Amino acid sequence: MGVEFIYPEFEVIRNENRCIACRVCERQCANEVHFFNTEHSVMVSDESKCVNCQRCVSLCPTRALKIVKSDCTLRENSNWENDTIKEIYKQANSGGVLLSSMGNPRPMPVYWDKILINASQVTNPPLDPPREPMETRVFLGRKPEKIERDETDKLKCEIPPQIELSMPVMFSAMSYGSISYNAHASLARAATEIGILYNTGEGGLHEDFYRYGKNTVVQVASGRFGVYKDYLEAGAAIEIKMGQGAKPGIGGHLPGAKIIGDVSKTRMIPEGSDAISPAPHHDIYSIEDLRQLVFSLKEATEYKKPIMVKVAAVHNIAAIASGIARSGADIIAIDGFRGGTGAAPTRIRDNVGIPIELALAAVDQRLRDEGIRNNISLVIGGSVRSSADVVKAIALGADACYIATAALLALGCHLCRTCQSGKCNWGIATQNPELVKRLNPDIGSKRLVNLMNAWRHEIKEFMGGMGINSIEALRGNRLMLRGIGMTEKELEILGISHAGE
Amino acid sequence: MKSEGQVRIPSGCAIAAVISKEGNKMSGEMITNAMKPMHDRSNGLGGGFAGYGIYPDYKDLYALHMFFDERATRKNCEAFLKERFEIVKSEIIPTRKIPSVTDEPIIWRYFVSPLKSVLAALQLDEKEFMVRTVTKINTEMKGAYVFSSGKNMGTFKAVGFPEDVGVFYRLEEYEGYSWTAHGRYPTNTPGWWGGAHPFTLLDYSVVHNGEISSYDSNRRFIEMFGYKCTLQTDTEVITYIMDYLLRVQKLTLGETASVIAAPFWSTIGTKKDEEDKKKHIFLRTVFSNLLITGPFSIVLGFNGGIMALNDRLKLRSMVVGEKNDKIFVASEEAAIRTMEPDAENIWAPAGGEPVIIHVKKGAY
Amino acid sequence: MKLIYVNEEWCLACHLCEYNCAFANSGVRDMVTALKGKPIFPRIHIEGDEKISFAVSCRHCTDPICVKSCIAGAISKSDGVVRIDREKCVGCLTCVLVCPFGALSPGEDGIMQKCELCIQNSFDEPACVKGCPNKAIVYEEREGNK
Repeated sequence: MGVEFIYPEFEVIRNENRCIACRVCERQCANEVHFFNTEHSVMVSDESKCVNCQRCVSLCPTRALKIVKSDCTLRENSNWENDTIKEIYKQANSGGVLLSSMGNPRPMPVYWDKILINASQVTNPPLDPPREPMETRVFLGRKPEKIERDETDKLKCEIPPQIELSMPVMFSAMSYGSISYNAHASLARAATEIGILYNTGEGGLHEDFYRYGKNTVVQVASGRFGVYKDYLEAGAAIEIKMGQGAKPGIGGHLPGAKIIGDVSKTRMIPEGSDAISPAPHHDIYSIEDLRQLVFSLKEATEYKKPIMVKVAAVHNIAAIASGIARSGADIIAIDGFRGGTGAAPTRIRDNVGIPIELALAAVDQRLRDEGIRNNISLVIGGSVRSSADVVKAIALGADACYIATAALLALGCHLCRTCQSGKCNWGIATQNPELVKRLNPDIGSKRLVNLMNAWRHEIKEFMGGMGINSIEALRGNRLMLRGIGMTEKELEILGISHAGE
Repeated sequence: MKSEGQVRIPSGCAIAAVISKEGNKMSGEMITNAMKPMHDRSNGLGGGFAGYGIYPDYKDLYALHMFFDERATRKNCEAFLKERFEIVKSEIIPTRKIPSVTDEPIIWRYFVSPLKSVLAALQLDEKEFMVRTVTKINTEMKGAYVFSSGKNMGTFKAVGFPEDVGVFYRLEEYEGYSWTAHGRYPTNTPGWWGGAHPFTLLDYSVVHNGEISSYDSNRRFIEMFGYKCTLQTDTEVITYIMDYLLRVQKLTLGETASVIAAPFWSTIGTKKDEEDKKKHIFLRTVFSNLLITGPFSIVLGFNGGIMALNDRLKLRSMVVGEKNDKIFVASEEAAIRTMEPDAENIWAPAGGEPVIIHVKKGAY
Repeated sequence: MKLIYVNEEWCLACHLCEYNCAFANSGVRDMVTALKGKPIFPRIHIEGDEKISFAVSCRHCTDPICVKSCIAGAISKSDGVVRIDREKCVGCLTCVLVCPFGALSPGEDGIMQKCELCIQNSFDEPACVKGCPNKAIVYEEREGNK
């Protein structure tokens, strides 16, 4: 120990007056924090192993447990904060790149929280959602620039392939491998019941889930895992993953230890081999290469499916999006710098990319300035946390939002940010069958459906307040937004006025 | 305080319209009087009229009605017009001095024909050229404002109550087969003549009552196609939407109504006629950004007809009546009774149900 | 009628059902007072090994062999529920011998006890079902049980 020692981050506080030594905590902790001391008939804990996932806290029948942040601190220093110093110790110990999971936790500006939404008063009426129809249906995909008529002057009603969503939210890409079979089952079933789509991520599509194809986006990422004809044809849309908000410019690495059984089969790679997704697609070194992949996929699926291109929000995102809009893609998905991940280098996650709110505003305006906004749909993600965020995103100009962290929270995730360990006590980010079974898809899908229904209700209430009865009349309706506590420049980029203006 | 165009000003309103299906001419007096019983729907900050068939002698020429802030502006603008048009006639629009309408700008009209050489050089059709020219003047030429640009029609508007504006412009001296009128109740006092309604582009004129909640969504979409919403009013954006759908996309009036006041998905879902269903799904999908929500009642005027339309929830009042060859539309029945005490079949069209009236072929 | 069923696929062997059962039938208001420092006598038991586990409690058989074999006439079935009359039970353990599921066991006082679907206590849903974190124990109507 000695110089290598880092004091545990959390303390397990057990109220001895309440503990009945039922040992549920012991049985439920995959990190082996809790154990029963037979000599003294008491529960004890090794907090150095605790990741603060709250599984024991949630299951303790007498509420005898709580996890608190350790108050063992280094001497206070605003420049060298505790975490900063400990990270140095860790790297001095290991010589390795720091790894983290889930989204950027640093106190960066959250623009959603600096935006306020309008409501009608006097000059036009707010609407009652229970009384008036409120429409949240959206279609994603390229819209024709010109209408055509047949020889009898009737409208030709054929349009490029579209995705229909009952509400402007989709479950974002999370691969089978990074999350469990039961997590995927929950997402697929919930998406089907709600009438939205979930996304396979880059790990292929388990054979059991082909039946949810109408509600599935199948992803083609740089590793091309699990990609073959049936896979492409199984989904309602195909997403080319160029980048991810949590780690722009970085590939992926699922360790061989997790490539077992069905994960190996679904990814179509040998058991035990590392699944490495390169940083670039090695057939896409520029925008014209992207166009070729877009059309290869369209050819492969007979132009029946919209092609999405997902990119991370980086500095010149507006120009990139413009290029994508002209590549033949039908939908562009942009992932902001607070987006989650199963594992990313900490420094990359916390320092690369830009906030999705600014990226969205810049892209939407750029596409309009170029007159091509209707040629492509815009989906955004990267920490959309509530129905309010969805409403703000739509009003800034998005067609729909991707959510993933919020969906995982509904499934039980407590954001302990240790997905990379593979020991998820909630049965989500793990392939250990003992742990996977903790997520019953009956419960998981129900909770996801509940969450989406709740959001839909709230979105309708927001819309009703604004006197808007269809979500498309909210899209790009920036007049419905005001900023608070922002600089002129921030307001200019977001294209909104300050509150009071 | 910011003036019109720098800030969005919601306003309530009164609208009225009359059209003769036979193309019989009516003087502007009738429509002026129609606005009297709806006095309280305006607040004296804007009134206006559009008359169709009023310039039979110049019916093949575009009639540009313009406001200028001063003589120099007019001179500059005329120089600009001469580079692009053959100006067949230019004159002051006759007005009458009345105490209730004051501070008038310089008001002129020009009957013009675009120069063929300019059209050829720009590779534009005549109408698109007109639209771009009007947009250019209104966005780039400070102090000059085109408030009417159609053929054989004209708009007359001012700051004041509509019934006074009619007197001011001597509307009793004009004869038209259709007229629309507007009284404005803005929630601000910009006092700018260009901000009064109807708003027009080419021969499309729009009078509107309501405040649409989809405004910025509509505006940001339509501006992709070369339009510039300089006034930030509902009427302006609705006019551009009409122009885009009718002239550029060549939709029919009925199809246009199905875009801006689209039936609910639930209604489309229960349609028995599969072709009709397909058409509505198509229109809503392709032009989803042109759906207009929030309360509105509008009358669209164009050469040879009018279309009256309510928002799909019917959040604003609008009634229609008829008598012999004439059809009347107004925010209130009283206005119709003023025009025709014996008007028949007065009904309130359902939300999203367009009332389309065409003058019979050859009669205009 | 509704009965308790077990989905072994979702059983985590956390043993919460046993504690919830013991508490529900203790007649005490809080779990700590009811169970702390005492052996528990639940009417449901987790069986199994590391690979598979499931909770076992009375099946309320259509033709319950325990009812037939009770020498004191303490076990009866009414309204679909097999019940024990604590006054009559003599603690002979015959029922334990005959029950193919091991659903009966002696309580703290030696009187036999078994799952009676929490009908006698204040829970409107059996405590084991309510407390199961993974819906491995459910209380529902299934075909063949009228």
